[in-house]
Amino acid sequence: MDFSIFGYQFMQNAILSAFLGGIACATIGVFVVLMHMPFIGVCMAHAAFAGALLGLWLGFNPLVGAFGVSLLSAAIIGPLADRGELSPETSIGVIFSLMLGLAFLFMGLMPGTKSGALELLWGSILTNTRSDIILLGIVAVVVVSLVFLFFKEIQATIFNRDTALAVGIPAALFLYGILFLTGATITASLRSIGGLLIFSLILNPAAAAYQLTYNMKKMFLLSAAFGVLSGWVGLLFSYFFNLPSGATIVVTSSVIFLIAVVFSPKRKVKGWQSKPLQEEQP
Amino acid sequence: MDNELIVIDNAVVSYREDIALRGVSLKVARGEFIGIIGPNGAGKTTLLTVVNGMGKLLDGKVRVLGHYLTPGNGHSLRKKVGYVPQVQNIDPRMPICVREVVMIGRYGILGLFRRPGKSDYEIVDEALELVGMSELAQRPIGHLSGGELQRVAIARALAQQPELLLLDEPTASLDWKAQSDILELVKMIHNTRFLTTLFVTHDLSCLPVACDRVVLMKKGTIWGEGSPDELLTDINLSRLYDMPVSVVEKRREKALPVN
Repeated sequence: MDFSIFGYQFMQNAILSAFLGGIACATIGVFVVLMHMPFIGVCMAHAAFAGALLGLWLGFNPLVGAFGVSLLSAAIIGPLADRGELSPETSIGVIFSLMLGLAFLFMGLMPGTKSGALELLWGSILTNTRSDIILLGIVAVVVVSLVFLFFKEIQATIFNRDTALAVGIPAALFLYGILFLTGATITASLRSIGGLLIFSLILNPAAAAYQLTYNMKKMFLLSAAFGVLSGWVGLLFSYFFNLPSGATIVVTSSVIFLIAVVFSPKRKVKGWQSKPLQEEQP
Repeated sequence: MDNELIVIDNAVVSYREDIALRGVSLKVARGEFIGIIGPNGAGKTTLLTVVNGMGKLLDGKVRVLGHYLTPGNGHSLRKKVGYVPQVQNIDPRMPICVREVVMIGRYGILGLFRRPGKSDYEIVDEALELVGMSELAQRPIGHLSGGELQRVAIARALAQQPELLLLDEPTASLDWKAQSDILELVKMIHNTRFLTTLFVTHDLSCLPVACDRVVLMKKGTIWGEGSPDELLTDINLSRLYDMPVSVVEKRREKALPVN
């Protein structure tokens, strides 16, 4: 095989983007999986996409639009998820479809060619520039350091928001923080992975890690590792078989998830439980 | 030192259209063990949330452990109040072990940016020992039975080293053996740790016999208050639960062996 491709600047950029984006997305994914809110993530991804298209249409930076609109959707979703009064799924469904509708509306209103819009839909990690990488790097560093700094509050909030509140942790603040980080991560990864595919890079690595461990720290680490692996293996396939990179990355992450499910010790919960029970017998 | 740990004066709490508490007043002295009884929807849980600062007061004043509660200032109070909520659904695959869940009780007190140290682990292990869960400390939390989960919840509340312990239906959905074990445990903890305890239940057979005082609640008001022997008569209970006296008698006879 010819590996000279890795000498090129665009490929090095792509490898670095996959590394940073993989870590950021997969870390956010742990929240999404453990707090049982995958639909919120999908909704925010589409909000970011709609915001980016709004930027393209009106001629301002698409990433600013993506960030703004995804935060706006978080501001609507947050209270719904927090109070749990209405059925959040229904309300999120309404917002999700609204965002998709707005995205296509902006796309229709956009004059000239739609290639910029489609690029945001599919993503193009191979054309990532230095500024894209810097943005991804900032988001990855912020996400990882916040998880590191606030691990115990995050752990409590993930375990149970009411419990976290009852021991004196401002759980609502952490919930909004998590939504904010989700918006920032999706925005930063939008150009690399694309609005349609970004969510699988958030969900799949974390879902795979979820199958493999009963330790939350390990889950964060495994998830980040799977995220980076998905990006790199996906890039390789994309290059050697001349396939769209966003798609190969997402398919790779799905394959990793399937492998994790097959080897999951959690599928044998009964066996796990029976071990200590046997010990207790005289 | 102030001997009145909780002073609730004419508290009104409302969720959306419904009024959950209609002008409830209650004083609790340090060291008391109080049973709060009443049918479902009487406002018992709401009363507890008012005490730990999670309930939103529409009217009235609440002072707990010297804190006057206003919206949003409850976090510092809650660090000192052990709260055992109603049985929660826990994801069986949740990647947290029993010891970590109990450690959550320390997190509020530790505050931001501080990691649990040796003394915190000692407090946690002691709490686990007290509730008889040391053996299962490393188990994933999702693998426990209902009774074990309640023990862990109590241990978590104890890890806060609270002065005040609030228990919301700690015996609901447990079998009778687990119920009586939890009741004994609560009473033992109340005595050994010199706590003030509020114990909510809809089920009379789950009221510890050793309650200093019982509070009967119905439709968002306090319907009666006094010593268990005076208050828990068949006639009172039949009126509280809107059931014929004969039915109450029968049920209480059945329930007796638990205590």
